[in-house]
Amino acid sequence: MKLWEGLEQDFNYNAMISQRGIVNLFHSDGQRDEYARRGNGMRIHGVDAELLDRDEVRRMMPYLNFDHARFPILGGLYQKRAGTARHDAVAWGYARGADMRGVDLIQHCEVTGIRRENGVVTGVETTKGFIGCNKLALAAAGHTTTVGRMADLQLPIETHVLQAFVSEGLKPAIDHVITYGAGHFYISQSDKGGLVFGADIDYYSSYAQRGNLATVEHTIEEGVGLIPGLSRAKVLRAWGGVMDMSMDGSPIIDRTSIDNLYLNCGWCYGGFKATPASGFCFAHLIAKNESHHVSRFMRLDRFERGHMIDEGGKGPQPNLH
Amino acid sequence: MSSFRLDAGGLVNRSDALSFSFDGKSFTGFSGDTLASALLANDQMLVGRSFKYHRPRGVVTAGSAEPNALVTVGAGARAEPNARATMVELHSGLSAVSQNRFPSLKHDFGAVNGLLSPFLGAGFYYKTFMWPKPFWEKVYEPLIRRAAGLGKVTLAADPDRYEKSWAHCDLLVVGGGPAGLMAALAAARAGARVILADEGFRFGGSMLSETVTIGGLPAQDFVRQTIEELATLANVTLMPRTTVFGWYDDMVFGAVERVQKHVSQPSADLPMERLWRIVARRAILSSGAEERPLVFGGNDRPGVMTANAARTYLNRYGVAVGSRVAVFTNGGSGYRTASDLVARGIEVTAIVDARQTAQDTVPDGVRVIRNGSIISTKGRHRLSGIITARSGFEEVISCDALAMSGGWSPIVHLMCQRGAKPVWSDEAQGFMAPDVGAGFVAAGSAAGVERLSDCLRDGAAKGAASAAALGFAPYDVNTPDVEGEYDPSFAPLWYVPGARDKAFVDFQNDVAVSDLGLSQREGFSHIEHTKRYTTAGMATDQGKLGNVATIGIVAGMRGVSPAEIGTTTFRPFYTPVSFGALAGAERAEHLRPVRTSPLHGWAKKNGASFVESGLWYRSAWFVRAGETGWRESVDREVRAVREAVGICDVSTLGKIEIFGSGAAEFLNRIYSNSFLKLPVGKARYGLMLREDGMVSDDGTTSRLSDSHYVMTTTTAYAGEVLAHMEFAAQTFWPDLDVRFVSTSDQWAQMSIAGPKARVVLSRIVEDDISAQALPLLGARTVTLKGGLQARLFRISFSGELAFELAVPAGYGESVADALMDAGRDAGITAYGVEALNVLRIEKGFVTHSELDGRTTADDVGLGRMMAMQKPDFIGKRLSTRFGLTAADRLQLVGLKPVEIDKEFKAGAHLLKENATPSMANDQGFVSSVCHSPTLGHCIGLAMLKSGRERLGERIHVWDGLRGTDVVAEVCSPVFVDPDATRLHL
Amino acid sequence: MASLITCPHCGVRPKEEFSIRGAAGPVRPSPSARQEVWHAYAYVRDNPKGRYQEYWHHAGGCRRWLVVDRDNVTHAVFAVIDATEWHKTAGSRI
Repeated sequence: MKLWEGLEQDFNYNAMISQRGIVNLFHSDGQRDEYARRGNGMRIHGVDAELLDRDEVRRMMPYLNFDHARFPILGGLYQKRAGTARHDAVAWGYARGADMRGVDLIQHCEVTGIRRENGVVTGVETTKGFIGCNKLALAAAGHTTTVGRMADLQLPIETHVLQAFVSEGLKPAIDHVITYGAGHFYISQSDKGGLVFGADIDYYSSYAQRGNLATVEHTIEEGVGLIPGLSRAKVLRAWGGVMDMSMDGSPIIDRTSIDNLYLNCGWCYGGFKATPASGFCFAHLIAKNESHHVSRFMRLDRFERGHMIDEGGKGPQPNLH
Repeated sequence: MSSFRLDAGGLVNRSDALSFSFDGKSFTGFSGDTLASALLANDQMLVGRSFKYHRPRGVVTAGSAEPNALVTVGAGARAEPNARATMVELHSGLSAVSQNRFPSLKHDFGAVNGLLSPFLGAGFYYKTFMWPKPFWEKVYEPLIRRAAGLGKVTLAADPDRYEKSWAHCDLLVVGGGPAGLMAALAAARAGARVILADEGFRFGGSMLSETVTIGGLPAQDFVRQTIEELATLANVTLMPRTTVFGWYDDMVFGAVERVQKHVSQPSADLPMERLWRIVARRAILSSGAEERPLVFGGNDRPGVMTANAARTYLNRYGVAVGSRVAVFTNGGSGYRTASDLVARGIEVTAIVDARQTAQDTVPDGVRVIRNGSIISTKGRHRLSGIITARSGFEEVISCDALAMSGGWSPIVHLMCQRGAKPVWSDEAQGFMAPDVGAGFVAAGSAAGVERLSDCLRDGAAKGAASAAALGFAPYDVNTPDVEGEYDPSFAPLWYVPGARDKAFVDFQNDVAVSDLGLSQREGFSHIEHTKRYTTAGMATDQGKLGNVATIGIVAGMRGVSPAEIGTTTFRPFYTPVSFGALAGAERAEHLRPVRTSPLHGWAKKNGASFVESGLWYRSAWFVRAGETGWRESVDREVRAVREAVGICDVSTLGKIEIFGSGAAEFLNRIYSNSFLKLPVGKARYGLMLREDGMVSDDGTTSRLSDSHYVMTTTTAYAGEVLAHMEFAAQTFWPDLDVRFVSTSDQWAQMSIAGPKARVVLSRIVEDDISAQALPLLGARTVTLKGGLQARLFRISFSGELAFELAVPAGYGESVADALMDAGRDAGITAYGVEALNVLRIEKGFVTHSELDGRTTADDVGLGRMMAMQKPDFIGKRLSTRFGLTAADRLQLVGLKPVEIDKEFKAGAHLLKENATPSMANDQGFVSSVCHSPTLGHCIGLAMLKSGRERLGERIHVWDGLRGTDVVAEVCSPVFVDPDATRLHL
Repeated sequence: MASLITCPHCGVRPKEEFSIRGAAGPVRPSPSARQEVWHAYAYVRDNPKGRYQEYWHHAGGCRRWLVVDRDNVTHAVFAVIDATEWHKTAGSRI
């Protein structure tokens, strides 16, 4: 969070970071206990968290369904400093910041092979030619397996498609980020006025970068179930993106069986919010050849050793995370 | 008066006048009008403000690509923001208001942004508003948010109904214009089941705006005749007002039908909109072509519209868009519009033709400026003139409307939604539909066909070919002759140089050519980057009107062909779809199905409060007269079970019948503990693991006969457990003879618990249920008094002498009533899941609060249930990994406050005494908490690092969230009757 | 594939009737297999881009587990086979 807060000044670019707060709604006593545990966990880690009761949520978001909900809102876990950022601007800002620091950015340059000699990586073959390197870092998200295979890595990753949606531009109406506890629905409103939302993955393996209608319907049912007043607004556009779903729902930031090959993957559908921290820990790992303490549990061999993170308690079935 | 209704003509019903309002002012239109045509008929050209600069904007199109004429229709909970006035069917009493202006459309404070526009170019957000740092969130962002956005969302619940349907056909025809009608007709006559869908409320497409004759009939009469024939065919379904918005896998199309959007008084018996999933064996895209605006200085002045729009308002609606109209064109469309205007007596002040030469027919008396261009326009809320330039000579030409034509782009959106990209054609100077296989083809102008007669022919041929490919006998359709058609071909013109004012490519988002230039200069040159940086094509029309020009201009800037630039990615939805339609009836209380127990009625009449538990409603507690809070009821219920007898509805537990000679072996593999030797007539508690060694669920399984078992699961995991067993049986061990069936809904099941349970139960059971006849964990079929066969299990989740009685669901309430009668003198008490929870916490029994998918059997003290001597069971092999057997794992313990009146809550974390709250000091968490009426204080179950070694230790129960920090003693999780003597009564 | 599935027992049915489990490739090892084999079975995935076999459960229909053999880029379906059959006819595997 602190990295986010200093990011824009760092790369002299406005990524439109907006700390409007996130509320994770809960809908049963059991879920409240679970969120309380999470909230206390956050506090123990030095992160702000508040537990809101139903009336407090209602004061903040009177438009939620409090009177005719299938799954009543009992309260929410509130993180005030969380928020949104303009995703393109984050990418552009990083590009700008990296460029200023002397990084060569090569666009439209597909890696087609990883060259190894004596068990270490010596460079990558690309559509624009060979690029030599002393260390190679992979951060290819939904395409991690494809790229990893070039170095014979066998990974605990399945690629799935996740849809995201935006509505037509609307005057400011939703001032927080909200997640629905009785499903996977989340929503916020961009500075441009579009409601940005989504929910579950499509559940099957896919590299197709487009989604199915049943998931669209499912997502919007949850949305209208949570915010009945959305019914007459209109959805503008749907995306399908490929996600590197890991076997325990948590990411991997680690070395690999090849000495100078590093891996950052398995962010499932939660990677964007971790961007600065993920990059920071990865850079630490690459530079020092040892894990940053924040990411020390995100090991590639944790499954073999039985140290799964598995915050959802779903086991090794990626589409459940 | 500038724009007005002509005395005659058009497809409006002049005998059916409709009153409506716009921004509070009353107007009159006719049935057959759109809101846009009715507004124009009333000289209301100014209809909206643009997104960023709040520039005054007028109607630009007569169709679904409209970027400017966005209004809010309806009021209160029925208000629909961002409705395209060009698509809204006029009805009596319709009320519409303009958007994105304050205080009024004519006087908008936001227009000050226009003056600042030199500073608000593409990407301005990213480079400005940076300093000072706190200003972004406190000052700039709120301002930007307020200024942005279009209509207001009501945020009130929608009073109308919505529904969803499936439809199946041989051929889906998308778009009911010349090609679509002929395609539908050809395929239908051949015998194919055809669905013809059109986004408009009247079939006919461009033919509704034509002045030609088709087959000797005026175009509109030809349309009527064709529709009449289609309507008589049983194998044709006509779906007007239906937008096909998405093409999904397996030829499934998403479509939305606006059932009652055009109705003044919606019927409660009909949905407002209906979502269709249309399964088509084949489909034809006959969605037509979009006329491109020209990109010149001041091209957004209200009164500037496409030539086709001007012609549509004239011929279809009988509305002149101006009384002195100028034309700016690069092809035949401008001349055709001019001719039609002149024919209806409208003055055409000039045709500015960007080309040097042209063969098009010039209407009599109209001046043509060849090789001409427009560099600026005049007027504030309405166009008053244009400034033309030719070889350095500038001239102001007075006019109150300008019809522009920049050529045509096939509407190929649907065919590009699944990855295929449109293909650039140098010949047609446009992007053509990609080849996506024979199953889905474009026809007519959507396929790049230009002339009307050719579109009719193309549609007929492709409709016939589709039917033939599906095995229907070929049927020749005679394509009618067209008289009076024109040549719509054009010369490319992406950008008109010399602009004196902003030249827009995206009207709604205020993206001008200068912004495209900026994005190229700043390195955002890939078209997807250009789009994101400038927001061109990101408005509600998704670039339908402007994208091709954007690509053409960027190609020009970079000196390459548009083919090299390519298009941005097409994605659903073709046009925006309401949340309401996509949600359908699944909303409010009906969002998901409701499951109620067969004992729901019994619980209700006994005073139950219900709680949602997944899809179930379960009785939480039973209020009695005089009780003031839930705790009072729960405490009473718990005491009744401990001291007398209680009855609880446990019907929601999953119940699975298991049959087969391999059932014993199967259970032995699916559970971690042994099941091979479970005798007939006995129940056993079983623990189920996932393959990764974690506990997934628990329950009891009883053997009713040699090859017949009945399993119970937790309420939450009933579905998962059945699917898991089916998976194991069908894929791991298909050779085992075992079958399952869920009977969760077929049995009403009640727990009768407490020291007096047997006494009460024996009053309604014929059989001997003494401790000898039915010992602990006995399971058998019994006969109730009156003859009903029931199942009786001696199992306990409370630690008391307890039975679970299962009867066929329909008898549940009667049996529960009988038990209440039989137990009245014994003080029988109905108890709910809250008391059930207290009873189990007092006994240290775990539920999914502890079995959260991350605990091993040993973690929760059930290590003895890992029958490692068995050759195989699910979860065995991976349960031996180091991390799952480490000594510092969290283990189940009990907690009781040291100061007995203190309380803590579930979700609190555990810290060593005197340790500060930190990651390093985190020792575990509290999983379940209750007030124990039996002990008279708060107790809890917790997962604590190496917990079982730490009994007697004092620990901090830290709950920073709720501001408490209670010292507790770590103890055994079994708080009541640790020797289980009460169970054996 | 993502809209309709042709169940070998029930015919063409909408996707909504099915639940999906994951790759059908990994075969449950023998209980005595080495720990690495078990680890690979439970956690390592080929995750190919292209032809893919996946478990689908006809939960809202015949309750049979099926193997859907398909392309995960185009979503074209090559075959839908009852999972028991698929495991028996290992020779016909891709």
